[in-house]
Amino acid sequence: MTDLTRKTAAELAELMTSGQASSVEVTQAHLDRIAAVDGDVHAFLHVDAEGALAQAKAVDTKRAAGEQLAPLAGVPLALKDVLTQEGVPTTAGSKILEGWKPPYDSTVVKRLKAAGIVILGKTNMDEFAMGSSTENSAYGTTHNPWDLSRIPGGSGGGSSAAISAYEAPLAIGTDTGGSIRQPGAFTGTVGVKPTYGGTSRYGLIALASSLDTPGPCARTTLDAALLHEAIAGYDPMDSTSINQPVPAVVEAARDGDVAGLRIGVVKELGGEGYQPGVEARFHEAVELLTKLGAEVVEVSCPHFEYALPAYYLILPSEASSNLARFDAMRYGLRVGDNGENSAEKVTSLTREAGFGAEVKRRIILGTHALSSGYYDAYYGQAQKVRTLIARDFAKAYEQVDVLVSPATPTTAFAIGDRIDDPIAMYKNDLCTIPSNLAGNAAASFPCGLADEDGLPVGFHVMAPVMRDDLCYQVGAALESALAEQWGGVLMTKAPELGVTR
Amino acid sequence: MTVAADVLEIDDALAQYDPVMGLEVHVELNTKSKMFCGCPTEFGAPPNTQTCPVCLGLPGALPVVNARGVESAIKIGLALNCEIAEWCRFARKNYFYPDMPKNFQTSQYDEPIAFNGWTEVVVDGETYRIEIERAHMEEDTGKSTHVGGATGRIHGASHSLVDYNRAGIPLIEIVTKTIEVPGEKAAAVARAYVSMLRDLLLALGVSDVRMDQGSLRCDANVSLKPRGSSTLGTRTETKNVNSFRSVERAITYEITRQAAVLSSGGKVVQETRHWHEDTGVTTSGREKSDADDYRYFPEPDLVPVAPSREWVEELRATLPEAPSVRRARLQEDWGFTDLEMRDVINGNALEPIVATVELGVTPAAAKKWWLGELARSANESGQELDALGVGPEQVAEVQKLVDEGTLNDKLARQVFEGLLAGEGTPAEIIEKRGLALVSDDSALIEAIDRAIAANPDVVEKVNSGKPAAAGALIGAVMKDMRGQADAAKVRQLLNEKLGI
Repeated sequence: MTDLTRKTAAELAELMTSGQASSVEVTQAHLDRIAAVDGDVHAFLHVDAEGALAQAKAVDTKRAAGEQLAPLAGVPLALKDVLTQEGVPTTAGSKILEGWKPPYDSTVVKRLKAAGIVILGKTNMDEFAMGSSTENSAYGTTHNPWDLSRIPGGSGGGSSAAISAYEAPLAIGTDTGGSIRQPGAFTGTVGVKPTYGGTSRYGLIALASSLDTPGPCARTTLDAALLHEAIAGYDPMDSTSINQPVPAVVEAARDGDVAGLRIGVVKELGGEGYQPGVEARFHEAVELLTKLGAEVVEVSCPHFEYALPAYYLILPSEASSNLARFDAMRYGLRVGDNGENSAEKVTSLTREAGFGAEVKRRIILGTHALSSGYYDAYYGQAQKVRTLIARDFAKAYEQVDVLVSPATPTTAFAIGDRIDDPIAMYKNDLCTIPSNLAGNAAASFPCGLADEDGLPVGFHVMAPVMRDDLCYQVGAALESALAEQWGGVLMTKAPELGVTR
Repeated sequence: MTVAADVLEIDDALAQYDPVMGLEVHVELNTKSKMFCGCPTEFGAPPNTQTCPVCLGLPGALPVVNARGVESAIKIGLALNCEIAEWCRFARKNYFYPDMPKNFQTSQYDEPIAFNGWTEVVVDGETYRIEIERAHMEEDTGKSTHVGGATGRIHGASHSLVDYNRAGIPLIEIVTKTIEVPGEKAAAVARAYVSMLRDLLLALGVSDVRMDQGSLRCDANVSLKPRGSSTLGTRTETKNVNSFRSVERAITYEITRQAAVLSSGGKVVQETRHWHEDTGVTTSGREKSDADDYRYFPEPDLVPVAPSREWVEELRATLPEAPSVRRARLQEDWGFTDLEMRDVINGNALEPIVATVELGVTPAAAKKWWLGELARSANESGQELDALGVGPEQVAEVQKLVDEGTLNDKLARQVFEGLLAGEGTPAEIIEKRGLALVSDDSALIEAIDRAIAANPDVVEKVNSGKPAAAGALIGAVMKDMRGQADAAKVRQLLNEKLGI
């Protein structure tokens, strides 16, 4: 039998529907692959082999009984460790939550379970999703399967690395400033940040409430769309959830026709600071879309330049408040409870021991930005910038259907390269942050390898609120055109990982 | 060096200083579920049995606004003549405390649901207008119990227990603007305001207002300024003053304490103070300064609340009569003079009288018992009228016995005495104390004969054409009968006897 781990989710679903494979077989194949390669990759923080096989068996039983199953029933998936899953350790990459088993399922997990999608385990991430490399994880760095000396991107590096290393065909990420799209770009996979409010945040351990968005990671556009459809839609448990039908993402991913589509290349997202190999692949992709009948124009979004500073005021402000609940009183780590220390002291010792440097940095930054006397100059001003960026988008969408840019200024960098330079690290997210600030849909699709380092480059598509389908439309068109050139999706060019065991 | 007195006499304090007050009242709403989750709100359940990921602040949990809570807030705002925001947001009030699950309280900051209102209270016949700054929505915290200390306070405790059943219960905080009334009325006005709020909230049906369960809590801000000055002094905030009487006492205490500090050349410290019901004093709590920084910002997990004008008007139409309008209507219905009505209100007897009249008692009789007997007794024993254990039903029962001729007023008073002493039902008290009127004519005639025999001079006067003198004979008979006779009956029989 062919290697089940090399199949796409859509192919696996087809194999199971037609009775050529069972979910238990598919799940076991991926568990075996994890056992074989994850020692090198370290995509997973927790593998729930028992739970996954039980879920797989349940799907097989239902299928055997002739029950009508959802399209992805039986397909395994890797879950970012920031989403709660009842009874399964959930840490958000932090020591402060070590050993915590949530008593409830996040809405995303509920929907995955309802769709019969098998959850293999929890993937590594920067602590509380603060970072662009997974180097801020309290549990070690994830390695990029394309080059194990490099970072896989972040914060959701674990999820993207897992699918890139064929440990899972699908993964869930969360995107606050690029945490799905940047790792997608760095690992040659597809990463989609749905419209804010298009997927539920209930059970997502909050980093920045007004920015966080769960979304799909996959090796193909269609797989991402199928997963998107499974998790998206209105959730009454999330007040910011949008009560509208899910955009027709699967249809768009199957269609992939860009003829007549108006595409705007964002002038401000390119040039100085962008790696030549990244720019080269990006412009070739734009050319390709033009050949496919898209109308391409250059568009200016003058306020994007302020997106990064605004983001680094809004995010820490919200995070400083969201992370206040980690006080050692009800769950997670508890340090210094010796019968002598006050509650306040225990909270303080626990936070000192339980939070990493980047988390502390952002808590302090956010606390300061919200302080009286500084609020207007920092948080207030950042919110105004946010409005201006949303207006840039609105104005651009009067001219074009989607906006495009490179997903990241560079390809994946070496582990340790930027960890001591927060600003250099933050600049990774220059292209992805504006969409979080405006809440619109955006995605990264593989568009080739940079000449200078042979590493994947991501093509970034931004679409209006609740037009997530347009991202898939462009992604599918690009994917099929490039696959024709390459004789397969980009992932087929990835080096084989040594089997560690 | 002489040590200044802790407090001045209230008269001395008010001779030098004018008090300025501000009242913040927290009201627990009686919604079935909590403000941001579906947990029940019943009081008294075993600790931590009415909780869920949301009100425990578990990682990942998100709030959803209870629409009924918003409705109650709007009703309260309308009843206090407030403007209702067309668009407002919740805000996070950030501070650490173990009984606050998220370490921020979801509240409202600069965009309250209701603002710019007013209301009126009546004290000693004078109407005082209270300006309302705002009424906003927020959630309650959990409840800490400090164990092992002598006082039940955190100081000296070995550990603390937290019950999160209360966390997330909807609260409305009603904040007045500064209240400046003549100093000698200040404390009474504050009390009347809180008492009026209770009546209003009950009439609106939005809260059970059980002060003993903490569902209405008052924080009293007090400062003093030299008489005639317009410069505000430093204020203190006395927390959790939880009865009407305590509001009055705590404010009076703070006036006398601050006056003592100021008049001895000291400075009032801006701080939170605790009220001690037992000793009648406030003590210093946490020092509070303007530097207290809650880092408020709009709650990003919730969407703005934008009540439509149609909805607001629908709710306005459901409001009960305003208290001042109602008072005027009742006064007219009852035929009370202004003075009588003032006494009723000052005695907190309005609601009991309404209830008693509804049971068929005449307004005059209801007023007589509630004010003459029960309010007086409450005052003497330092209790609230509704804490006496005598209700409208019992008052109506006693009055019925009077109407039937079983009791006269004097005997009825003794029945009330028995009721207040917990001696049982009116019937039982009459039985035990032997209070029923003597309706046996022969017994009365014997007593009349004795009175005539003992007072020949009075009989003489009556016979010489002064029938009014017969009153003395009636008095003698009543005395003889130990009050247990119907005076009208005695007069009738006496008149027959004397042929007048």
